[in-house]
Amino acid sequence: MWLVVLAGAIGCYLIKLLGYVIPQGWLSGERFTKVNTLLPIALLSSLVVVLTVSGDAGPVIDARLAGVAVAAVLLMLRAPFLVVVIAAAATAALLRLVVG
Amino acid sequence: MASINTQAVTIGVATGAYGISFGALAVGSGFSWPQTMAFSLLMFTGASQFAAIAIIATGGAPIAAVLTSWLLGIRNGLYALSLSQLLKPRGWRLPIAAQLTIDESTAMAISHEESNDSQSLRQAFWRTGIAVFLFWNVGTLIGAIGAGAVGDPTDWGLDAAAPAALLALLWPRLSDQTARVAALLAIAVALVTTPLLPPGLPVLASALVALFIGLRRS
Repeated sequence: MWLVVLAGAIGCYLIKLLGYVIPQGWLSGERFTKVNTLLPIALLSSLVVVLTVSGDAGPVIDARLAGVAVAAVLLMLRAPFLVVVIAAAATAALLRLVVG
Repeated sequence: MASINTQAVTIGVATGAYGISFGALAVGSGFSWPQTMAFSLLMFTGASQFAAIAIIATGGAPIAAVLTSWLLGIRNGLYALSLSQLLKPRGWRLPIAAQLTIDESTAMAISHEESNDSQSLRQAFWRTGIAVFLFWNVGTLIGAIGAGAVGDPTDWGLDAAAPAALLALLWPRLSDQTARVAALLAIAVALVTTPLLPPGLPVLASALVALFIGLRRS
């Protein structure tokens, strides 16, 4: 079991470190800058959706989607961060309490 | 705009609740509490940690658990690649910045990128990374020693709070047309590939969207 923990951790750390130690010269140029700017935006956008609808067997629609939809509406209304996050949690929690 | 500290602590608390779940699940999967703590202190990337213990819990091979944790960790490497240009950590800060490079700290950093002030981007990254690290590990310890009588994070709607927080952080960046197109394509790629690929890969596949749009002649 220690092998799983340590081998897993060392690998995960080296992957993180690799991103910082790649020679900066490789990353210069206008196009690469554009890729670099879009990279976290693409990854995090899909992560938001995966976290919202993923189920054990394919996408599912449940209280999470309601919570995130409320968050999106509040963001359009320029609500503060804390309000958005708490409203999303409260929506999902209340919906589960009511629907069961 | 909420202060960086408020955002960092909010995200820290929410991930801390998941840390309690992780601690309890890891011990329930047969890991000792020191091993469970080693996961959260050394691996420190939730998706990899949950996937690794789930494989062991269902009788999977140790090597499968290790490889899956690496696979899910690849997106942190891509975050690091992007942050190496923005954060430019040097000296003793670099190895620490690497460990703190996760979904939440990256989202906070890019959320504060547009302010044209590298100081706030750095603060957003470091404060979030440190807050999540502290809450995640304290949560893990609470869960591992069986003191976590707080129930399931989903009872509190935290499974909706996590994507909502990431969405809120991405929001200011989505005012840019190219970023919005990239986000929508990335979401489409993730949704289309979800039934075809093992968990974790659909998000990684969406990185190709950034490559495609970025390298296209404009």
